[in-house]
Amino acid sequence: MTDQTHSTKPSPEAVAARAVLLGRARWGLPEIAFWAIAFGAFFFMPTKLSLLSEIAILGLLALSIDLVLGYAGIVTLGQGAFFGIGAYAAGLAAKYGAGAAPWSDPLLGLLIAGAAAGLIGLLTSFLVLRGSDLTRLMVTLGVALIVDELVNQMKWLTGGSDGLQGVLPAPVLGVWDFDLYGKTAYLYALGVLFVLFVIARAIVKSPFGLSLQAIKGNPLRARAIGMPVNGRLVAIYTLASVYAGIAGGLAAQTTQFASPDYVAFHRSADALLMLVFGGAGHLYGGLIGSIIFRAMQDYLGNITPQYWQFWLGLTLVALVLFVRGGILGLFAKMRDRVLRKGEPA
Amino acid sequence: MLTILLDGIAYGMLLFILAVGLCVTLGLMNFINLAHGAFAMAGGYLTITLMQQSGVPFLACLPAAFLFSAALGLLLERTLYRHLYDKTHLDQVLFSIGLVFMAMAMVDYAYGANQQIVNLPDYLTGRVSFLGASIGVYRLFVIVICGLLAAGLQIVLTCTRFGSRLRAAVDDGRVARGMGIDVTRIFAVTFAVGSGLAGLGGALGTGIISFDPTFPLKYMIYFLIVISVGGTTTITGPFLAAILLGVADVLGKYYVPAVGGFIIYTIMVLVLILRPQGLFSRGPAR
Amino acid sequence: MSAPIVLESRQLVKRFGGILATDHVDFRLPEGARHALIGPNGAGKTTFVNQLSGVLKPTSGEIWLGGVDVTDWSARRRAHAGLARTFQINQLFADLTPIETLVLTIAERENAGWACMRAVGARTDFVTEAVQLLEQLGIGEIAHTRVGQLAYGKQRLLEIAVALAQKPKVLLLDEPAAGVPEHEREQILDVVAALPSSVALILIEHDMHLVFRFAKSISVLVNGGLFVEGTPEEIANDPRVRQVYLGEEAVHV
Repeated sequence: MTDQTHSTKPSPEAVAARAVLLGRARWGLPEIAFWAIAFGAFFFMPTKLSLLSEIAILGLLALSIDLVLGYAGIVTLGQGAFFGIGAYAAGLAAKYGAGAAPWSDPLLGLLIAGAAAGLIGLLTSFLVLRGSDLTRLMVTLGVALIVDELVNQMKWLTGGSDGLQGVLPAPVLGVWDFDLYGKTAYLYALGVLFVLFVIARAIVKSPFGLSLQAIKGNPLRARAIGMPVNGRLVAIYTLASVYAGIAGGLAAQTTQFASPDYVAFHRSADALLMLVFGGAGHLYGGLIGSIIFRAMQDYLGNITPQYWQFWLGLTLVALVLFVRGGILGLFAKMRDRVLRKGEPA
Repeated sequence: MLTILLDGIAYGMLLFILAVGLCVTLGLMNFINLAHGAFAMAGGYLTITLMQQSGVPFLACLPAAFLFSAALGLLLERTLYRHLYDKTHLDQVLFSIGLVFMAMAMVDYAYGANQQIVNLPDYLTGRVSFLGASIGVYRLFVIVICGLLAAGLQIVLTCTRFGSRLRAAVDDGRVARGMGIDVTRIFAVTFAVGSGLAGLGGALGTGIISFDPTFPLKYMIYFLIVISVGGTTTITGPFLAAILLGVADVLGKYYVPAVGGFIIYTIMVLVLILRPQGLFSRGPAR
Repeated sequence: MSAPIVLESRQLVKRFGGILATDHVDFRLPEGARHALIGPNGAGKTTFVNQLSGVLKPTSGEIWLGGVDVTDWSARRRAHAGLARTFQINQLFADLTPIETLVLTIAERENAGWACMRAVGARTDFVTEAVQLLEQLGIGEIAHTRVGQLAYGKQRLLEIAVALAQKPKVLLLDEPAAGVPEHEREQILDVVAALPSSVALILIEHDMHLVFRFAKSISVLVNGGLFVEGTPEEIANDPRVRQVYLGEEAVHV
C-alpha cells in the first residue's frame, strides 16, 4: 500500500493519528525556553562561563549515555572510555598541529575525536549485544579500565599520568580565539551541544529511534516483526560513542589539557549519575542532571569535598528508593496526575 | 620466584575472603552490591582504630572486625537492601554506588585521605624460609587463616543443613521457597556473614594493602573480576579465581609492570563474553 | 489438496538435554490453510512453533518456507520472508502506543526502519494503513494509549494486529484467546474468522470450540511427535485421539 496505489485521500482518522504522532516531534515552549536560557547565560552569568562550558560538555556526555541507556536500554559504566579517547584524539591533533590550521582547527579536532571514539565504539559494540545487565555493566567497565590502563602506559603518546600538555587549538572557524574568560569556549561548547542535541532529538523521534525503544521493551517481539535488533544496537552504541568522543574533544580543547582523569571510572559513574538525576529517556535528563550535579558539586565542594561526596551518595540512595525516573520522571508523573484529574470521569 | 608466587597466593587468599560474600549474595538474590568493599573498609578501619588508639592486640581485632562488619551488614540489609531485591540491576548499581560514596566521605571525614599503616606485632613481622624460599611471616599467617576459613566455608556449605538450604536457594529461589525454605532469612544471614568476612578480610588486609578512603572503589573491580571469572554457583570457583588473580596481579606487577592491569582486564572481558557463567562454573548460565 | 505448500517441516527434531521435545515431525501447510495444532499440555506445541518462527534452533531436520530452506535463517529474516506469529503470552512494546507499534512494524516490513531523520508520523501511507488495521480489529479508539495500560483483551487484539501488519503469507496464532475474559472473547473470535483467505493460518489452541469453529484441518501433537492428522470430523471421531487427548470429554462438532 503506497501512495501511488492509494490515490484516495487518507481518512480523517488517519489524518488525526498522523497529527498526534507528528505533534510529539514538535518543539515545545519549555524546550525553546531551555535553550534560550542556556544561550542567554552567556550575558547574565559572565563570571561563571568556564563552569558553564564544563556543564555543557558533561551534559553532552550524559546525553550520549541517555542514547544507549535511556532509549536502547543498555546499561553502561564505561562511557568515560570514549570521552577519554575523544579528549586525547582532539588533544593530540591540536598539539601536533602546533596551534595552527588545519590540524589544530577545533572543528576538525572534534571530527577526529568523534571518529576515533566511534571506531572503538563500533569495535566494542559487539561485546554488549548479548548478556544480562550485569554482564554489560562489567564489560563496559572492563573496556574503560583497559583504555585507562593504555592511557597511563603509553607515556610517549599521552604523557602518562602527567597528562597531555601543550594542547593549543586554533581559533574557532579561524576567527574566535579561546580567551581567558571562557567566552569563546562557552559559546563553542554550547553550540556544538545544541547541534548534536537537535540531531539526537530527530533520531529518537524517528522510526529508528522508536525501534530502539521497542528493542528495549521487548527484543523477542522486535525480532519477530523483522527488526535487525543487533544492527540497531550496534548503530546506537557507535553513535553514542561518537557523541561521548566529541564531548571529550570539547573538554580537551576548552581546558587545553587531557589527563587520565578523563578516562577514570568516576568520569563514567558521574555522567551516569547526572543522567539518573535528571531522568533517563527524555534527552533533557542528562542536561538538567549535569546542571544540578555541577551546581551541587560547586556549592558543597566549596565547603569541604567530603560533604559533596556524602550528599551525592545520599541523593543517589534516596533517588533509587523514592524517586525513580529522576527529576523529569517526577515532572511527568505530576503532569499525568494533573491531566487525569482534568479528565471527566 | 617462589617468594613472589607465595606472595601472590597470600594476596589471592585475601581477595577470596574479601569477595566471597559478594559471590554468594549475587548468586542467591541476583543482587549486585557494589558497596561490598565498604564493609571490608569498615573492618580495616576498625582494626586501625582499635590498634592505634586503644592498643587492642591485633589478633583480637580480627574477630572484632568480623562482628562489626557483620552487624553493619545485617543492619543495612534489614533496613535498606531488602527494598532493592526486586528492582533493576541499574537501580541496585546506583544504590550501592551511593552507599560507597557515603562510606568514602565518612571515612575521609573521620580519618583523612592519607593511607593508614598498621604496626603489626613483632611475632608477625620478619621472614621465614619455606621450601627454600623466603616468605614474610605475615603472608604465611594470612595464607593459613584464609585457607582455614575457605575450608570451613566449604564444609559449612556441603555438610550442614544451612549449607544445603543455601545451595538450594542459590540453585532456584522459587523452588526453594516452595519447599518451605525461608530464603529471606537465609539471605539475611548470608549477607551478614559475607559482610563479616569482608570485614575480617579488611582487618587482615591492613598488613598487606594500604587503606585509604578510596578502598571500596579500588577493590570493587577486583571483586567483580573474581565473580566474573569464578562464577557464582560454587565456592571453589571464586576461590580459584581469586588465587589466579592474586598471583597474576603480583607476578604482573613484578615482571611486566607496564601491561599487568591490561592483561587482567582483558581476561575479564574475554571470560565475560566467552563464558558468561564463569570460568570455573558448572553448567550453563541461567 | 492441490494448493502449493507454503510452510513445511521435514524430520524436525528438538532435544533439551535428554528430553525429546520435537520428535521427527513432518508437517506441510498449504496456501490459505486453516490449520489447527492441538495436543495435551506439554506435547511440544509451542516448542514446535518456536522452531518454525526461528526463536529456537532445531537439533536436526529442516524447515522450508515458500519453497526455500530457511532452517538456518534468523527469526528476523523469516519475518521478512512472510512468516508472522503471535505469542501465547503477550509480547508487546509496553512503552509504545498501538499506533506507534503498528507504524513501526509496517516500517520494518517496508525496509524503512533505519530512517532516522524523519519523524515517526511522516509517512502518511504507513499511518493510514496502521489506522485501517486498528479499525479492522475494532481497537481504533485506543490508538494512542500506552500499550502497558491496555486491558489484556485489547493487548491480545494488538498482538494479532502486529502480526497482520507484517502482511504475512503464514500466520502462527499461539492461543489467541488465552487468558481473555469471556466478554472480550467474541471480539477475538470474530477477528480470527475474518482473517484474509490469502493467509495460511496455524492455530495453536486448547479451546476445542475455537478449533472446531475455524479449522479445516487438524494435527494432533503428542509427546513431541505428530500423532494423527485429519479433518475436524475425523479427529473428533478418532477413538485414539479421544483416548490420549480428549479423555472422557465428549466433543460436539
